[in-house]
Amino acid sequence: MRIVREFTKGFSTELAPFRLVLGLCPTLAVTTTAENGMGMGLATTFVLICANVLISLMRKIIPKKVRIACYIVVIATFVVAVELLMQAYFYPLYQRLGIFVPLIVVNCIILGRAEAFASKNTVLFSAVDGLGIGLGFTFSLTLLGGLRELLGVGSLFNVPLMGKSFEPFSFMIKAPGAFVTLGLLLFVMNYLTSLKRTRA
Amino acid sequence: MEYLLLVISAVLVNNILLAQYLGNCPFLGVSKQMSTALGMGTAVIFTMTLASIITWGVHKWILMPLEIEYLQTLSFILVIASLVQFVEIFMKKSMDTLYQALGIFLPLITTNCAVLGVALLCIKNEYSFLKMVVFSFASGLGFALALVVFAGLRERYVISNIPKPLQGTAIGLITAGFMSLAFFGFMGLT
Repeated sequence: MRIVREFTKGFSTELAPFRLVLGLCPTLAVTTTAENGMGMGLATTFVLICANVLISLMRKIIPKKVRIACYIVVIATFVVAVELLMQAYFYPLYQRLGIFVPLIVVNCIILGRAEAFASKNTVLFSAVDGLGIGLGFTFSLTLLGGLRELLGVGSLFNVPLMGKSFEPFSFMIKAPGAFVTLGLLLFVMNYLTSLKRTRA
Repeated sequence: MEYLLLVISAVLVNNILLAQYLGNCPFLGVSKQMSTALGMGTAVIFTMTLASIITWGVHKWILMPLEIEYLQTLSFILVIASLVQFVEIFMKKSMDTLYQALGIFLPLITTNCAVLGVALLCIKNEYSFLKMVVFSFASGLGFALALVVFAGLRERYVISNIPKPLQGTAIGLITAGFMSLAFFGFMGLT
């Protein structure tokens, strides 16, 4: 079943921030809480699916030489749509994410999928690919955001979890915490992969 | 004095890479050698200043009078992409030595979120023309500084004995984290 495979690869071999180390800026910047991470991930997923579908539809008429410019226009159009939608329905989240919403345009995951997948595959597969990669990205951001929120604020999705005596570890929600947490998560991922490999 | 503070803030306190998290892909990608880090740093300073000047003009004289500010993202990225292409062609024709040094980094800059990010920040903070030029130049300088320092660290640690699962990006990110912590020490300056 190819369609299942295209979907699940977004969580396994092509899990964007961890495996491919793409799209790091939003991964580091907005993951101060689980909610922010999830919001950013879902906004990116939306752009990813729409851009993949449209690019796949137009893959035969886009001239090879100017394809990157065409992709950027398509992606930017959907990013503007997301910006307007978020302003209308999720204004507090939009304000918290700040300039990182317009910056979805330069998220290399989206351009990467357009170039590597949507420009060569049919609409259905491209949509599934966008959904899989997007949800994988959302999952990674929520995980990172959750860890940082839990240690830095002592809550998860704004629900206090750590009890009264917990001293928030404010290093975690500042910039250095983002780098170190992502580095350690990568370490854990690599370690688990190497364990699996030696067993197989 | 105001401008001096702006420069210190953009280079050290709110360093674009280590405190604002912009431009991380090239930060990890091209920091393996000191020479490439220097090339990339210079290319970014140059493009960032130029791009901010042009997008500031586009915003002030095209988007605002026509009341289509919501097209900011779309127009800025197009301006930056075509500017980068133009700079590349111009350099190739007239400044060959500079092109040899910076040429390969230019296409990479189009998708460097730091360039677009700084252009957007200039608009968001409502800077005047002069302030915008100073801010974008200083941000580029901050980017180059962090990149070069990081490349220096990286050249050192590749020769040390790192546990296998930590090799590559993982240790890079942790090192960047500690660098960022060190830059926190500049907080008191402003």
